[in-house]
Amino acid sequence: MALTEDSTTTFETMTPEEARAVTSEWGVIKRTLFSLEIDTRMFGLILAMLVIWIVFHFWSGGTFLTPRNLWTLTVQTSIVAIMATGMVLVIVSRNIDLSVGSMLGFVGMFMALLQAEWLPSIFGFDQWWTWMVVLLAGLVLGGLIGLFQGAIVAYAAVPSFIVTLGGLLVWRGLLWVMARGRTIAPMDATFQLLGGGARGTVGGTVSWIIGGVASIAIVLLLIARRRNRLKFGFRVRPLWADIVLMILGPALILGAVWFLNQYYLPIGLAEQYVEDNNLDVDPATLEIPFGLANLVLIALGTAIVMSFVATRRRFGRYVYAVGGNPEAAQLSGIPTKRLIMYTFMTMGILVGLAAAVQIARLNSATAGLGTLQELYVIAAAVIGGTSLSGGVGTIFGAVLGALFMQSLQSGMSLVGLETQVQDVVVGVVLVVAVAADAAYRRRLAR
Amino acid sequence: MTTEIATRTLVEMKEMSVSFGGVHAVERVTIDLVAGEVHAIVGGNGAGKSTLIKTLSGAQRADSGTILIDGEEVSIDNPRVAKGLGIETIYQTLALAENIDAPGNVFLGRELTTPIGNLDDSSMEDATRKVMARLNPKFQNFKVPVASLSGGQRQSVAIARAVHFDARILIMDEPTAALGPAETEQVRGLIRQLKREDIGIFLISHDIHDVFDLADRISVMYQGRLVGTVNKDDVTTDHVLAMIIMGKKPGEITQRDLEQLHG
Repeated sequence: MALTEDSTTTFETMTPEEARAVTSEWGVIKRTLFSLEIDTRMFGLILAMLVIWIVFHFWSGGTFLTPRNLWTLTVQTSIVAIMATGMVLVIVSRNIDLSVGSMLGFVGMFMALLQAEWLPSIFGFDQWWTWMVVLLAGLVLGGLIGLFQGAIVAYAAVPSFIVTLGGLLVWRGLLWVMARGRTIAPMDATFQLLGGGARGTVGGTVSWIIGGVASIAIVLLLIARRRNRLKFGFRVRPLWADIVLMILGPALILGAVWFLNQYYLPIGLAEQYVEDNNLDVDPATLEIPFGLANLVLIALGTAIVMSFVATRRRFGRYVYAVGGNPEAAQLSGIPTKRLIMYTFMTMGILVGLAAAVQIARLNSATAGLGTLQELYVIAAAVIGGTSLSGGVGTIFGAVLGALFMQSLQSGMSLVGLETQVQDVVVGVVLVVAVAADAAYRRRLAR
Repeated sequence: MTTEIATRTLVEMKEMSVSFGGVHAVERVTIDLVAGEVHAIVGGNGAGKSTLIKTLSGAQRADSGTILIDGEEVSIDNPRVAKGLGIETIYQTLALAENIDAPGNVFLGRELTTPIGNLDDSSMEDATRKVMARLNPKFQNFKVPVASLSGGQRQSVAIARAVHFDARILIMDEPTAALGPAETEQVRGLIRQLKREDIGIFLISHDIHDVFDLADRISVMYQGRLVGTVNKDDVTTDHVLAMIIMGKKPGEITQRDLEQLHG
C-alpha cells in the first residue's frame, strides 16, 4: 500500500541481499513483524491495549475480559469510531474539525424532533418508513453542514480551527434554540434498532455468517494481491508470511465472534423470546446469543468503506497528497479547494450517521447531546497515529485508537474510579501516546 | 543552433506581463522555444524567470500577453491544461508529496485506475519501474514515501513524472541546484538525451556552466524585463554575466564593462 506510514522498507522494496542483511541483524519479533508487514507502531498500540485489558481484568476481579463487557465495549466504541474515520481525512489534509460534538447534538436533535414530533404530527406515529426518512435527512443535514463549513475553510481561506470553533458554538446554540432545552423521547421503534440494545442485534447465527464472509474475504484479498504482484514480477512476502496472515486474520475474526456470542440474552428477554416463538422450553436453560450489535456493524462497515476510499480511490490519494505537500498537489492539477470542502462534507455525513446511532442508542435527544465528543474523536485519531501536521494517518489506526480509549474508560469505570479521575488518566495517556509516537518517528527519521 | 528552415516552433510567448500588487515581476517579455533545443533562461534573484515560466506551466496567471503552442493561441489557466498540451514542469522545489511513494508521485493527478475507478497501484509501480530503468537504474525504493529518499533519488522521481507522459515541452527550474556532482552529470546526460528526442526544453539555471554546457540559446532577464536572447555560440560567459548583472543588451556591452566585471 502506498500510504501506510513508517513501514519504511518492506521485502517488496528490497533486493534479496538487502533483505537478508537487514533481517539477520534483527531480533525474532522484529523480523517476523517485518515479514508480515505489520506496522510496528500499530503493533505497539495493540500490545498496549492488551496490557490494559489484562490489568483491568485482574484489577476488577475478573469482570473485564468477559463476553458481556467486551460486547459492551464494542458498542461504546462505535460512535467515536464512526466519526474518527472521517476525522482522519480532515486531519490528514492539514485541517481540524472541532464542531463534530455540537454538530452531532444539532443533527441528533433534528432527527429526534423529526421522528418524535414533526413527522407524526402529519402522518401519525409508527410509519414503516419513518426511520429511513429520518436517517436520510440526518445524513443530508450533516453533509450540508460539513459542506458549508468546508466551503468557508476552502474558499474564504479561514483556518479550519476557527471555522469549526465557531461551528462548535453555533450548532450547540442552535440545538438549544430548536428544542428549547427539552429532552425529546422516545425514538421511532424501528429507528431504535440502529442503536443496538436488546433487539438491535443480528443474533448468533448471522454473526457467525458475517465472521465467515469476512474471513473468506481476507483470504481472497491476500491471494489476489499476491497474484497481482507476481504478475508484474514484483517482490512478494515470503509464502509462509502470507499463509500466517491467512490463518491469523480469520482466526482473530472468528475468535472475536465466538467470544462475543457467549453474551447471552438475560432471563427476562429469554422468557420473552420463548413466548414470542411459542417454544416449549425452560427459558433458564436457553443460551441465546445477542450477536453483534447493529451499530457495531455500522461502525465496521463505515471503517471498511472509509479505508477503501482513503487508500484505493483518487479522492483519498489526493487528500494525502494535499496533506503531504499542498503546493505540489496544486501543481499536479489537483483541485485542492474542492477536495478540502469534500473532506468536511464527508466528516459531516459521518457525524449525521453517528448522531442517528447515538440518539437511537439513548432513545432520546437532550441539549447536552454530543458534548465533548469532538475531543474524543480527535484523540482517537491521534492515538491511532494520525499526525496533526498532516499527511499521515490511517482509518484502521483511528478505530484502534477509539477502542483503546474506550477500553481505558470502561476499565476505569469497572474498577470504580470517578469520572474526574478518568479524565485525568485519559488526558495523560493522550499526551504520552503522542510523545511516544513523536519519539518513534524521530528515531525512524535518523 | 541557428534557426534553420527545418526548425519547428513549439512555444511562442508574446508580451507576457505579470505583476504582484504594483510590482512588475514580468514585464512584456517575448520568448519562444523550438523543438529539440535547450533554451536557457538566466538572471539574478527576482529577475522574473520563475514567474515567467509559471505562466506557461499553469501555476501563475499572466495579466496580459498571449501564448501560442504549435502556432495556436491557448489559455493556460491551471496546471492540468498545461499538461494536456504536453507541457511538463520540473520545479525547483520538486513539488513532491513527501508522504506518498514514487509511483504515487509520478502519477499524482493522473492516476491509473481499474475499470471501476480504483487506483491501480501495481500498474503505476510497473510503469514507474520502467521509466526509472531508463533514468536511474539504481533506483529501487518504489514503495517508500519519497521523504525518505536522497536528494538525487527525489530528483529522479520529479524527472520521471515529467518524462513519463511524453512531454513535448519541458520546463526545468534549477534541475541541478540540490544535487551532487555525479547526480548533476546524470541530469545533464538526461537533458541531452531528451533533446535528441526532439523535446523542447526551457532551462532555468543559476549555474552558468550548466547553461553553456547544455543550452542552444540563452535569454537573460533583468528586473522583470528581457534583456536579450542570444545564441550560445555567439557569446562568451562574460557577455552573459554582464547581461545578468548589468542588464545591458549584448550590443551595449563595452570592453570597460567586461573589465569591471572582473575588477
